[in-house]
Amino acid sequence: MTGWLERLLGRLPLGWLQLVHRPPRFAAALAGVAFANILVFMQLGFLGALIESIALPYRALEADILIAASDTNTLADSSPLPRQRMYEALAVPGVAAATPLFFAKLDWKQPDGTIRTLDVFGIDPARDSLAILRGNPAADALKRADHGLVDRRTRNPPPGLFAAIEAGEPYSFEAKNRTIHVAGTVEIGGGFAADGYLVVSDQTFLRLFPQRAAGAPNYILVRTEPGVPPARVVAALAAALPADDATPRTLADTVARDQRFQTTQRPVGMVFGFGIVIGALVGSIIVYQVLSSDVADHIREYATLKAVGYGDAFFLGVIVEEAAILACFGFVPGLLVALGLYAFVSASVALPLTMTFARAALLFAGTMSMCVLSGFVATRRLARADPAELF
Amino acid sequence: MASDGGGYPVEVAGLDHWFGQGEARKQALFDVDLRLAAGTLTVLAGPSGSGKTTVLTLIGALRAIQKGNIRLLGRELAGASADALVLRRREIGFIFQAHNLHDSLTAEQNVRLGLEVHGAAAASRGQAAARHMLDLLDLSSRAGYLPANLSGGQKQRVAIARALVGNPPVVLADEPTAALDRESGLNVVQLLKRLGTARGTTTLMVTHDPRILDLADRIVRMEDGRIVAEGRL
Ligand SMILES: Nc1ncnc2c1ncn2[C@@H]1O[C@H](COP(=O)(O)OP(=O)(O)OP(=O)(O)O)[C@@H](O)[C@H]1O
Ligand SMILES: [Mg+2]
Repeated sequence: MTGWLERLLGRLPLGWLQLVHRPPRFAAALAGVAFANILVFMQLGFLGALIESIALPYRALEADILIAASDTNTLADSSPLPRQRMYEALAVPGVAAATPLFFAKLDWKQPDGTIRTLDVFGIDPARDSLAILRGNPAADALKRADHGLVDRRTRNPPPGLFAAIEAGEPYSFEAKNRTIHVAGTVEIGGGFAADGYLVVSDQTFLRLFPQRAAGAPNYILVRTEPGVPPARVVAALAAALPADDATPRTLADTVARDQRFQTTQRPVGMVFGFGIVIGALVGSIIVYQVLSSDVADHIREYATLKAVGYGDAFFLGVIVEEAAILACFGFVPGLLVALGLYAFVSASVALPLTMTFARAALLFAGTMSMCVLSGFVATRRLARADPAELF
Repeated sequence: MASDGGGYPVEVAGLDHWFGQGEARKQALFDVDLRLAAGTLTVLAGPSGSGKTTVLTLIGALRAIQKGNIRLLGRELAGASADALVLRRREIGFIFQAHNLHDSLTAEQNVRLGLEVHGAAAASRGQAAARHMLDLLDLSSRAGYLPANLSGGQKQRVAIARALVGNPPVVLADEPTAALDRESGLNVVQLLKRLGTARGTTTLMVTHDPRILDLADRIVRMEDGRIVAEGRL
């Protein structure tokens, strides 16, 4: 390492030698940087999982454009809108198909008495509403009353349940004083708010939620004619529909809006942002502490080197060298531990925590700049090294 | 950087110096004139507080000159900017009372620091030069030792190696033997004298040790900020 750094820097790697000369301090500094990295990685992981899990149910839809009530912020909080908008939409050029989607929440009581919250999609089984139903052998069962399909990625299901259902074993549960027969599974993926999803027909949906009206779905799913850009159809729909109760958006826009809303307006999203700031602060403060006490400890040596003719650039170089070493050597264990924690969290609470190269690269760059910045601040102490006081 | 032929590598003329501000302002040097001939070992002697260190730090470009002139290797130090002073220090080998070795570096690495200040070209032959210098000071077997594992005399010899490895035309030493026992102190100065003679180095050394006075080519005495006597042995 010393030889390699020496070739890299074209001088004695003084910063490196100084750091390794005090192993406890070096280890503490690395642990601090690694800890800050783990903290930020976990926050970014959860934030990424939140963003990803917001998108998952939208991806289950068979739609290019979503029409929703104008005050809708997220998938789950849309107020119903008149079904009339669906017929109006069908008359707009470029619209190939339109179908209503009902949405509500349902408690799924487990044999052990605990409750899973399910997001319920009520769809017209005669039409293509959900992409995930294509080629699903159980899709036909939705036409029967009180039959449904459950998301096989539902969090903490009864053990072996989904395997049994897929093997054809009958399973039913009670909800809202009705018996729901689970005819099969779909794959959607859990989010932060709900544990999983239940897909039923619009008829079953209205029986489960009698206060809901057939004429007032939550969404209208629109498919465009092949070759027509959805953005242009959105503009045409916006012109055709009354703006005060229905807003059309492309599916991608809807997802992005929902993600933006939940990460910036909801406490859950802001908590993660706050965690990232805390991590960055902790890391910077630890690095600053270590580098400035290292400067203080070597003040006589630095004064000697000043007397010999080394200029400020040299000392800055040494401290930046130390900062860069702390950044690199702290980042790697931080990354490794974070990878382990990601795998653990993904497996134990079914949240899709995935490490992306971009995230790792971003955090490395952030770590490096924080360390170097702390190093720059630490060099202020150098001014106290007065070579004239040495004699 | 060459010390122009038969001239004086160090010429001090009319040097005054004050410490402190306002009421507390106190004159430490009065009209000091001093010329050091090339290749000689001059000892600066005198009681405590007489201004010896002040003269040394001014010649060594460690302090800004307030009044008077110092020509170091033919070039004026007075009026030079702080950055320029830093560069001028590279022409000088400093030996301090305390060795001031870097505790994280081996003897050899410490010596290399004295060379690398001269830039990448010097750094590239750093290892060989440092080895050679340690060899001259009888320290080759200690090259890989950290200062903590060296005796006081060995540390001071490493500090001398660091000061001399860049082959400076001028060496300034302030009580280099103060931290050593008499035996190793004498040894160190003999080494310094031998290397200085061999390399044509001009050396100015502050010392109280009477036996070292015997090794000097010339002795300058200071009292109360003035040069009061000169002697050539
Ligand atoms: N940094 C300083 N601030 C204020 N006064 C100083 C400073 N350095 C030296 N002096 C004063 O200047 C005078 C000369 O000091 P100097 O250190 O040059 O003496 P010296 O001959 O080296 O003494 P010694 O033999 O004790 O080392 C003394 O009166 C001292 O108190
Ligand atoms: Mg002194």
